[in-house]
Amino acid sequence: MSVFNKIAVLGLVLNLGFVSASIASDAPVPLKQNWSYKLGKKGSFDRAELQRGYQVYKQVCAVCHGMNLLAYRNLKSLGFNEAEIKAIAAEYNVKDGPNDEGEMFERPARPEDRFVGPYANEKAARATNNGAFPPDLSLITKARPYGPDYVYALLTGYTPAPEGVKVMEGMHYNAYFPGHQIAMIPPLVEGAVTFSDGTNATVQQMAKDVVTFLAWAAEPEMEERHQMGIMVMIFLSVFTVLMYFVMRRVWQKVK
Amino acid sequence: MAEKKTNSVIRWIDYRLPVFSFLKHELEEYPTPKNLNYWWNFGSLAGITLIVMILTGIFLAMHYTPHVNEAFKSVEHIMRDVNYGWLIRYIHMNGASMFFIVVYIHMFRGLYYGSYKSPRELLWMLGVVILLLMMATAFMGYVLPWGQMSFWGATVITNLFSAFPVVGESIVTWLWGGFGVDNPTLNRFFALHYLLPFVIVGVVVMHIVSLHQHGSNNPLGIDRKGPQDSIPFHPFYTVKDIFGLSVFALFWAFFVFFAPNFFGEPDNYIPANPLVTPAHIVPEWYFLPFYAILRSIPDKLGGVLMMFGAVLVLFVLPWLDKSPVRSARFRPMYRIFFWALVVNCLVLGWIGAKPVEGMYVLIGRLATAYYFFHFLVLLPLLGRFEKTKPLPSSLGKPVVSTGRK
Repeated sequence: MSVFNKIAVLGLVLNLGFVSASIASDAPVPLKQNWSYKLGKKGSFDRAELQRGYQVYKQVCAVCHGMNLLAYRNLKSLGFNEAEIKAIAAEYNVKDGPNDEGEMFERPARPEDRFVGPYANEKAARATNNGAFPPDLSLITKARPYGPDYVYALLTGYTPAPEGVKVMEGMHYNAYFPGHQIAMIPPLVEGAVTFSDGTNATVQQMAKDVVTFLAWAAEPEMEERHQMGIMVMIFLSVFTVLMYFVMRRVWQKVK
Repeated sequence: MAEKKTNSVIRWIDYRLPVFSFLKHELEEYPTPKNLNYWWNFGSLAGITLIVMILTGIFLAMHYTPHVNEAFKSVEHIMRDVNYGWLIRYIHMNGASMFFIVVYIHMFRGLYYGSYKSPRELLWMLGVVILLLMMATAFMGYVLPWGQMSFWGATVITNLFSAFPVVGESIVTWLWGGFGVDNPTLNRFFALHYLLPFVIVGVVVMHIVSLHQHGSNNPLGIDRKGPQDSIPFHPFYTVKDIFGLSVFALFWAFFVFFAPNFFGEPDNYIPANPLVTPAHIVPEWYFLPFYAILRSIPDKLGGVLMMFGAVLVLFVLPWLDKSPVRSARFRPMYRIFFWALVVNCLVLGWIGAKPVEGMYVLIGRLATAYYFFHFLVLLPLLGRFEKTKPLPSSLGKPVVSTGRK
């Protein structure tokens, strides 16, 4: 930690004011969306929706955002078969090596490789993006308050700035972003992708699909968790009732 | 245990190493008051939670890497690639909250029924030691995933020690193992997070030895008058504890499977970044009342001392409350003030999650003052002036009159 940071932290602690009113608190609460994977709806991901979402990520978001916690092999959960996954991975190049001559070399990615990101490192990302760093999206729906609802609201929340608000050079107005000024250009425009299943690529449709994909990426265990959870709750409920009657029976002897 | 029905191997071992007689004596025959209510379930729940935490923790440690560059990734590796890693981690992560819920209830039960009074003062004090160890363990555990809250929580809390005059800065550097929260800090926190639970086990053993010396207190708070007031621990309390455990497991499982991040902060899914301070640094919910006390004192050292004082005052509680009557059932005034204290602690927890501004400052200071007022002024005065209700002559009666059949 730099000296500057240390001083800053000490200052904060000394003021006992380190829980400041969050900047985010002036942003409206994102509307609750009716996510298809939520328990009580289906509890599991719709494969077609996930594949459309992946397409939006791949063709739009991936230009600036990496997902370095995912490997191409994980796409199996989206319903892709092994040949398809190999083909998708092969579209990207990864650095490997050193080979027997001691040289690093490039080769097509394989299913076990992690998603290849758009930038070599954070500095390169900032240099290309006017100083802003597009965050990795692997965990984005878990790493923001209101998760998927927030990401959806952000993607569909671009509006012209209200009167009196001066938007800085290179920034864009978005009510849902903390501070309202976001460096990301409105990423979704009608028809930005062409879905092979004929779904109309409206901004809302793409946003919904890509957020579903991101929610899967952040919590790939969700379906299994929900299914196991239901079994566990049923088992424990029955066990609890049984134990209650066993306890009653045993305690009858106590006067 | 030289009974005929035990087999010869067990008899042979027991003659030389009396583990079987010990278990029989302490877990089976152990005479227990017959009128314990459900609030007495939380001790065994706390013990079981500790065991679950240690078991899940050991399996997590097999896959976790305590290095600043790898910690966050290794946790995600557990979540994504390790078989049922997500289950183990979510049990452990929510288990911390479950542990504090159970222990706080266990403590308030002790407060309500006067379980800290003679001859159980040391039992109570060992419990406070366990609480302190739990807090240290939980705090260091929260640092291990090396997310933004891990890093900044560690930074803020370790910096508290710099409040001490002269040696403060050196203490902080010593804690960090460097000049900032960094890899040495993460490494030692991991080592201590692994060690301390076993220390807790040791103190829990002493806690139980001390408990079994005089046996459990009970809702009436009077001593047992004879064998007719006791029942053997097994099967009566084993079955009751299993029933309680089952209800508790339902509660815990709900969070693990359906709301695993309910108690967490979204910011901790962002990898630690020393250059970016989160807008809102908050500790885990179980520290919020103490955090509120810390921030209510407009002086850093004062705040730190009061925060520690809030726990340390519990050590002397048996000598602050001089009332000869244990149970709040027979202490009409104390009963009111007990509930006032519960509400006050909840208010402190709420304030701990709020920014230090406007009304929150005032409410926080009043609640802090009341917390200490309760222990340091009210309790000693109550012991002198409270008019208590007449105590029943034995445990037997009330059970017969309210019991089933």
